[in-house]
Amino acid sequence: MQNTPIIEVNSISKTFGSFEAVKDVSFQVNQGDVFGFLGPNGAGKSTTIRCLLSLIRPNTGQIKLFGKTFTSNRAMILSKIGSIIEKPDFYKYLSAQKNLEIFARISGAQVSKKQIYEMLEFVGLSGREKHRVKGFSHGMKQRLGIAQTLLHKPDLIILDEPTTGLDPQGIIEIRNLILRLKTEQNKTILLSSHQLSEIELIANRMVIINKGKTLVEGTVSELLNQQEVLIVLDVDSADKAMALIKDRFPSSFPELNVRGQIELTLRKNQTASLNRELNKAEIAVSALEPKRKLEDFFIKIIGS
Amino acid sequence: MMFFKNTYNEFIKIAAKPRSYIGLIALSVLIAVIIFAMKADGSTYISFVTASFEQTLSFSGDIMNGNLIAFIILQMLIVHIPLLVALVTGDLISGEANMGTIRMLASKPISRSQIVLSKFTAGALYTLLLTIWLGFLSLYVARWIFGTGDLMVLTSDGLIIHPESDIEWRYIYGFLTAYLSLLTVSTLSICLSAFAENSIGPIVSTMAIIILFTIIGTMDVTVFDTIKPYLFTTHMAAWRSYFEDPVPWDAINESIRILIYHNVILVAIALFQFNRKDITS
Repeated sequence: MQNTPIIEVNSISKTFGSFEAVKDVSFQVNQGDVFGFLGPNGAGKSTTIRCLLSLIRPNTGQIKLFGKTFTSNRAMILSKIGSIIEKPDFYKYLSAQKNLEIFARISGAQVSKKQIYEMLEFVGLSGREKHRVKGFSHGMKQRLGIAQTLLHKPDLIILDEPTTGLDPQGIIEIRNLILRLKTEQNKTILLSSHQLSEIELIANRMVIINKGKTLVEGTVSELLNQQEVLIVLDVDSADKAMALIKDRFPSSFPELNVRGQIELTLRKNQTASLNRELNKAEIAVSALEPKRKLEDFFIKIIGS
Repeated sequence: MMFFKNTYNEFIKIAAKPRSYIGLIALSVLIAVIIFAMKADGSTYISFVTASFEQTLSFSGDIMNGNLIAFIILQMLIVHIPLLVALVTGDLISGEANMGTIRMLASKPISRSQIVLSKFTAGALYTLLLTIWLGFLSLYVARWIFGTGDLMVLTSDGLIIHPESDIEWRYIYGFLTAYLSLLTVSTLSICLSAFAENSIGPIVSTMAIIILFTIIGTMDVTVFDTIKPYLFTTHMAAWRSYFEDPVPWDAINESIRILIYHNVILVAIALFQFNRKDITS
């Protein structure tokens, strides 16, 4: 059932006045996917996510969730979705528990007080349930947002920048939580994030959009493996190594960076031969490491 | 079912907001001040009103009683209570947009119409609570302090004295009609709230509309004569008509009809606006 489409976005466009926020965006998220939704600021990610939650109506195109459109299935669709959009906002004058009770009451599911306490404990907010949200840090609000998202056990989870404002420990916890939701409960997750390393680590499929348009869509491994790898090379003799690389790997465009390291682009299967050639020329290699692939891929796609 | 659940949510939100108590506290303080003033120097106030009749009428018994104090309080405060109503109801939709909770609310499996109708219901009940509080303080507390008796009312036709036994029903109908007037203010502010993304705009706009319509209503200019009967502010003092003799039932029914029309139209506008609105906040 892994290829059962949960989200189908077909050529949606949305304009606000004369500004085209989204132009012909299409992608598909299948059941069990952790789907990375990438794009720079202003790319149209939030508008697209809001369209998925019926907060904004697209001017053209069609959205299907769980195989159905919003037209006559809005309540059924939204009862199966848990979401955080941009940042979790709560009623500041109410306690964490009261906030969750309010959202649970209209979630379309029966949620007991015990479940609310368990969820608060799950996100690390036990002991703070009676505290007003007014005094919560951004990280605590994010955790409460996650609790609100998961409370009614949704099949599809939409998380827009879920790790923003979290400390490194919090980021790891959220990452592990997403992986657990996927592996243990087979939840479908759409994850929009600026943390490209997060997407690279946890997403199996992704789409990159820019200026309201879809640029690429596919599995993370396919998209990244198709590309060349950016290698950072630390050697004892940079000049000698540069000459050798220009001679043997002319299309790798080697450059010296500010740290005196050589940066070059190679096809993945050329990395071993580069190491061999350097050893043969008696150049001591102290480091040969690929840089973050998705970051470079992202910049390249956006730049193009 | 979802409508009732969300209406309950709306009550919880209203009850938890400190501003919801401003109206109740303000009413208590204002009524306490009026009662204190009447207790301290009420006879001067009464003799000022009755001075022109003293040559033709002789007053016996205690004119300054709880029934008269309630009438004075109602007349003084009915103009100011709309602000206390709008302070809470004008924030019901736009406050959610301002806080950002509107996108969490609107992405739940509850229809937008149900969200808006829940807010109108909660606003109507808050207004009812405020009216009951006004009635309790002005009528029952005033009667407890000043005692009861016949009610002397000064109208444009002269002085009317209602016997004590003929007062209770007038107040009940009077408060119900006053509630309908305040409900119109509540509905207007919630309707304006559906267009705004900040809390203060709808509250100020509601008051501005009431002031503007009241000015138009009091200006003796022919050009406004055709619209005056249709302004809700013209009918906000309809509660007073129950204290006239004979009671002008036709005029009261007309006022009630116009106020109900206003409520229906304002709810419809709010529903239309909120349903078509893109939630971008």
